[in-house]
Amino acid sequence: MGGSKMDIQTKVGDGGWSKGKIALAVVGAILLVFLPVVLQGFVAMSFLVRILAVVGIYVMLALGLNIVVGYAGLLDLGYIAFYAMGAYSAAVVGNLFVKAVSHIGAVGLREFLTSSTFIFMLPVAALIAALTGISLGTPVLRLRGDYLAIVTLGFGELIRILATNNFLGLTNGAMGMSINVPNPVGLVAMQKPVINIPAVGFSFQFSVNLYWYYVVVLLICFTIFIVRRLDNSRLGRSWVAMREDEVAAASVGVNIRTAKLWAFALGALWGGLAGVVFANFQGFITPDSFSFLESVFVVSMVVLGGMGSIPGVIIGAALIGGLPAIIQGVAQSPMLASVFHIDAPTASAIANYRYLLFGLLMVVMMAWRPQGILPSKRRARELHPEDEKTLEEEDQSLWAVEHGIDGSGHDL
Amino acid sequence: MAIVEATNATMQFGGLKAVNDVSIHIDEGEIVALIGPNGAGKTTMFNMLTGIYKPTSGVLAFNGVSVAGKKPHQICKMGIARTFQNIRLFANMTTLENVMMGRHTRSTAGPWQAILRGPGFKREEQRTTDEAAKWLRFVGLIGQANELAKNLPYGQQRRLEIARALATEPKLLLLDEPAAGMNTRESADLTKLVGRIRKTGVTVLLIEHDMKVVMDIADRIYVLDFGELIAEGKPVEIQRNPKVIEAYLGKGAEAMLAQQA
Repeated sequence: MGGSKMDIQTKVGDGGWSKGKIALAVVGAILLVFLPVVLQGFVAMSFLVRILAVVGIYVMLALGLNIVVGYAGLLDLGYIAFYAMGAYSAAVVGNLFVKAVSHIGAVGLREFLTSSTFIFMLPVAALIAALTGISLGTPVLRLRGDYLAIVTLGFGELIRILATNNFLGLTNGAMGMSINVPNPVGLVAMQKPVINIPAVGFSFQFSVNLYWYYVVVLLICFTIFIVRRLDNSRLGRSWVAMREDEVAAASVGVNIRTAKLWAFALGALWGGLAGVVFANFQGFITPDSFSFLESVFVVSMVVLGGMGSIPGVIIGAALIGGLPAIIQGVAQSPMLASVFHIDAPTASAIANYRYLLFGLLMVVMMAWRPQGILPSKRRARELHPEDEKTLEEEDQSLWAVEHGIDGSGHDL
Repeated sequence: MAIVEATNATMQFGGLKAVNDVSIHIDEGEIVALIGPNGAGKTTMFNMLTGIYKPTSGVLAFNGVSVAGKKPHQICKMGIARTFQNIRLFANMTTLENVMMGRHTRSTAGPWQAILRGPGFKREEQRTTDEAAKWLRFVGLIGQANELAKNLPYGQQRRLEIARALATEPKLLLLDEPAAGMNTRESADLTKLVGRIRKTGVTVLLIEHDMKVVMDIADRIYVLDFGELIAEGKPVEIQRNPKVIEAYLGKGAEAMLAQQA
């Protein structure tokens, strides 16, 4: 071989980062860490910290759904069910945990365990959500496209309705349930120092919102780390292959069943993690937080940002999760009200238009840039219309081909 | 020794017998062609052999093991690989990635290994890439390794599908109309490629309408018509077989041909 090896580089690896990319990452990291501190320091802007934390939770959800929709190509319209599973498991199991721990005599240990409840709940809820994902995945293995979308939609509603009807007496129905964890670990100590710079009106004290913001950022970094590694592996490739052509993927040895179940389980797992953070951050959950509309939002984030693209999905989540909240927050912030003389009713009227903007954005994007804001490199040109027959074939599920349905009948 | 042994294989879709009581055998190292008019049941034979259809009755054995009821991915692992009549590539994956997919059953890394990225995982990924590159060189597509599969010209897509199938390390390769839509030059290249595949020790069963390709490379030919096996033999015998001529050209065609000759 010798010389012929030179014609193509077949080294496995990420290929290293360019200087520009490193600089961008450093600036981004600094902003992620310090921007919220600055915002927190000014009274008029501190509401933005809360919004950032909420956006962070949406980013986690979108990254999780991206595994299912973006990589594996399985349209899931009930993704919020896993988020609900995470949140409710955190509440139910977390409250049990706190109760159990309260019998511990040693005060220091007891307080430490109580305040770290959410950390213990992360793996528990992730596991519960992943198992839920598998239990949804198993009956729908043979479905694809629109059929799958409808079934997952039903599943999402099912979970919400179970929660509303106080399933097994666990969820406290429509009244919602609270999470009885007083202060998350370390918060009290972090709240001690107060920084005052009176000259510019800056007064900083660590807040609960800031705390959960940083938890979310850490979890997002963890998510990106894992998802990138999965994408660039045997399993990740088999997801993409399955998305491209299920029959061909099976013919080269992909066990469609296993690949789909892994996608459902891992996607659900991140929904669950986001749910734990959400439940603890809010301190109180009701079934209303897990409506079908939320599922639609998360799907929109993935589609708007660019299916299968991590930076794209993050931007999508930031836009859809953040813009409405920012518009609402800014319209109602005392600072603007004093500058523009906006009274409370006008402010809420402006805030009510936020979803109009969202709708408009979706229509324009899907018409002009269906591949998303930052499309994944492989996927970039896929959504432009191709030859009808090819599109039809790509949409066939292995099961449908085996059974000669899907309209086209059997190849003889 | 027979690598494929089909005994009274029948595939029925409702009232239609797509394959009716067909018995064939393929010996190791052979190149066998399956021919017949459109709708004769050739692709159905392929789909039964690769686990997409379960035969209604009869036995299909590969290396003495029945393939009925096995899933496509299990059959791939047993050593049967295929291409499709209408090319089925992973259109939005690169050429190299397409062939890497062929290594799926010959590698094992699961999600844990992917996350932990230990030395074993890296070795396997390197091996997957190297093997894929090897097969791309074999079919002459190494220069297009990072091109998206859908951007390749038609003839190259056909060859890419063959490379992907070969990467699964098959003992038997099923080619479904590999020369369809190719010009004379391309199909001559394909004939050479199939010859080289045979030299690697892979047995080939191909469906083909291009009779020049079939006559050039096939050791033996089976002819199907309306789901039934109507002839079997060496290329020269098949060319002269009256039943085959009738199936392709209609009744009386034999006499006409004889007159012209």
